[in-house]
Amino acid sequence: MRIALTVNGEAREADVWGGESLLFVLRERLDLPGSKNACEQGECGSCSVLLDGELVCACLVLGAQADGHEVLTVEGLDGAGPDGLHPVQRAFVDAGAVQCGFCTPGLVVAAADLLMRDPQPTDDAIREALSGNVCRCTGYGTILDAVRTAAGSRR
Amino acid sequence: MTVTETARTLELGRIGESVARPDGIPKTTGEFAYASDLGRPDMLWGDTLRSPHAHARVVSIDVAPALRLPGVHAVLTHADVPGRPTYGLEFPDQPVLAIDRVRYFGEPVALVAAEHPEQARRAAAAIVVDYEQLEAVTAMDRATEMPPLHPERPTMGHGYRDDPRPNVVRHILIRHGDPETAGDVSVEGTYEVGIQDQAFLGPEAGLAVPDGEGGVDIYVATQWLHVDRDQVAPCLALAPEQVRIHLAGVGGAFGGREDLSMQIHAAMLALHAKRPVKIVYDREESFTGHVHRHPATIRCEHRATREGRLVCVRMDILLDGGAYASSSTAVTSNAASFAAGPYRVDNALIEATSVYTNNPPCGAMRGFGAVQTCFAAEAQMDKLADALGIDPVELRLLNALEPGDRLPTGQVITGSLPVREVIRRAAAIPVPEPEELPRDPIRLPGGAGNTTRGEGVRRGVGFAAGFKNICYSEGFDDSCAARILLRADGGAEVHCAAAEVGQGVVNVILQVARTELGTDDVALAPHTTATVGSAGSSSASRMTWMAAGAVRDACRAALEERERRGGGEVDVERVYRHPRTQPLDPETGQVTGERAHVALAVAAMRVVAEVDVELGLGRVVWVGTAQDVGRAVNPLAVRGQIEGGTAQGLGLALMEELQTRDGRILNASFTDYLLPTALDMPPVELDLVEDPEPDAPYGVKGVGEPPTVVSTAAIVSALRDATGRPLTRVPVRPDDICL
Repeated sequence: MRIALTVNGEAREADVWGGESLLFVLRERLDLPGSKNACEQGECGSCSVLLDGELVCACLVLGAQADGHEVLTVEGLDGAGPDGLHPVQRAFVDAGAVQCGFCTPGLVVAAADLLMRDPQPTDDAIREALSGNVCRCTGYGTILDAVRTAAGSRR
Repeated sequence: MTVTETARTLELGRIGESVARPDGIPKTTGEFAYASDLGRPDMLWGDTLRSPHAHARVVSIDVAPALRLPGVHAVLTHADVPGRPTYGLEFPDQPVLAIDRVRYFGEPVALVAAEHPEQARRAAAAIVVDYEQLEAVTAMDRATEMPPLHPERPTMGHGYRDDPRPNVVRHILIRHGDPETAGDVSVEGTYEVGIQDQAFLGPEAGLAVPDGEGGVDIYVATQWLHVDRDQVAPCLALAPEQVRIHLAGVGGAFGGREDLSMQIHAAMLALHAKRPVKIVYDREESFTGHVHRHPATIRCEHRATREGRLVCVRMDILLDGGAYASSSTAVTSNAASFAAGPYRVDNALIEATSVYTNNPPCGAMRGFGAVQTCFAAEAQMDKLADALGIDPVELRLLNALEPGDRLPTGQVITGSLPVREVIRRAAAIPVPEPEELPRDPIRLPGGAGNTTRGEGVRRGVGFAAGFKNICYSEGFDDSCAARILLRADGGAEVHCAAAEVGQGVVNVILQVARTELGTDDVALAPHTTATVGSAGSSSASRMTWMAAGAVRDACRAALEERERRGGGEVDVERVYRHPRTQPLDPETGQVTGERAHVALAVAAMRVVAEVDVELGLGRVVWVGTAQDVGRAVNPLAVRGQIEGGTAQGLGLALMEELQTRDGRILNASFTDYLLPTALDMPPVELDLVEDPEPDAPYGVKGVGEPPTVVSTAAIVSALRDATGRPLTRVPVRPDDICL
């Protein structure tokens, strides 16, 4: 079937098989491999995207369900600085919050979503907001630092 | 050194500076290409049919129904393996595809390549395999009484102790001093460790591209490019140079990518179909697609004087290696070598046995045998402290190993091993005061589940110390190559096949090259077997040391060469080796030369935990740790290794266990195999103890494994303090801490 959706502000169309997830459609049909496939059960958050502004796991949404909707992926995040990075992306790099990086796109999207809703989150709020995103490398300490820094840079 | 800094400069940094990763920006923007992100326009998707049985005879395989399905280009079985039918990291005992027998649940039986991944999956499901089920060997303590799973005994004749019992992978007996020595006090205990999975986030993936001349390029997430090539080429009946392995982006490893997964399979399909073939495992397949941490049963007796000095340690360690050898022989050696912990003991009898079973194959995982024994030995140290009425930290300080002392293997510690300093500094980090009630339930056991207001919650404080080896041991010829291209303008390109698995070796290489060459104009070439010699494995906490040595030597040689020539372009390659080690005597377990391990590293950790003893829910509140890091090349990266390693130990202590029934994995998903989240992991206070290793370049030591070795033991120590329960098995279950 043919679907039409808005991805990162651009109108896109794709021919999809009905069983394909939004994650598969983004990665394999729309050439946007930034969202990662790590569990396909919505447990790890590596495929986090915003669907009509709401944080979802793209592996749990069918591609067909996104027909007519708006998707923001990690590739669509940007910032006003000279490097073009979103403040969360900049903070992740500087804080050492990236190791293997497979969880990073999902965490960056989830953290950006948190700061949109709650610009000055407490540590507990950060931990709770990111508890759906598994990181196997960092132990989360540097990720918390990054989110605190990103929140501070928006003051 | 306390690490609180963030990266000072973006990419340019010398040794000792906190440097942000060169791949950090592409990893945060989604541009970084992991193995699963690779693709070619004319690419096919591969899929693997796996055994649904833990042990069965393969009577027949009918691929015809799969070949008839749309989009299918190849269906292959063991009969299509062009070369050697088996492979293995240390012993070639594992079939590329099952031949006449399957020995574990999930063993690869047949392969499919098709246009769409769903077509490939359906075609694999259409293959008809007739199995005759056999009795599965699933109890490791009975494996040596069962019919042999590998009658040809692949690990015999390699210099290990000759153990005639069936299904023994390796048996080690370390006899040190007089093991019959009695003490004033003796404590005994039996400890068990469940199967832990590496659970790296990026499942196994790779792309094989035929070169049109009979050879193949394989782009894959792995830990050691050259050892992959050396296993793949014979099975494809190709010369090593016809198989080029290139590192694709690696989504974590932790030991689980040491063994091959899809490398030979994708190459077979690609060479057969004459098209590029990509294989990506899903999470369920990943749980059967790599080896795990060995489950263990460990019996211990610790004897000490009334004053608390250890006089004799006796330990009997049983490890379940699962269906194939993988690196079980080295894990067994490590488990035995470090069993007694970082303490001086003049008399010991340590026995370690790994066995073949029909359980999931086990091999390398961060900590590599030392995790299991540290959990047991540190529980014993706490028990001994309690029996003697001595403070647990004081007991450890009293027995701390130091340079000049002998390990139970007879090896004299010649390099850096600041056990006392590490224990003292870990114990000196102030423990936070108990947090008052009421408080936000997110900071109580049960967390967002809102299960308590604090009633029934008890606090405990625990402590542990642990150590392990750095680099490969027991006489292994451990080397790393690096190649430097110096341009006439002074800039340089570094080639090194060291696998970047997330740990940050790319920065180590660049920091060393910038330091040695005195320029910021240094670029790192892609990691591949095509342009440089072997770097060895990103494992055993060795890659920082080995890459630093190789890049240093190559840079210095390049500068000398340019000086000699009076300028111009220079291209040199150098191979670095650490000082030689020697094997253990197969009968006595004593070192046959100066040392079996080139160096050692130690960590100590204090943990505060809270337990809701009514519901059996635990929460780690705080971790304070000191670690011997030699010299911190990149303090920010060292912090990441220690905190990440601690989290994996927390997982083993509280939640991570691969569960099996009759050899079948029951929880091969992230819904059922639980990993620590940001709500489970407490803040970590770090103190880096820098005591340079005399044999290592710049005094460095690997830092990845010691935190994983020590944290499980330290966390369970805190849970014991909170509950008064013996807690002899990890992961600790709710029933264990419910009073």
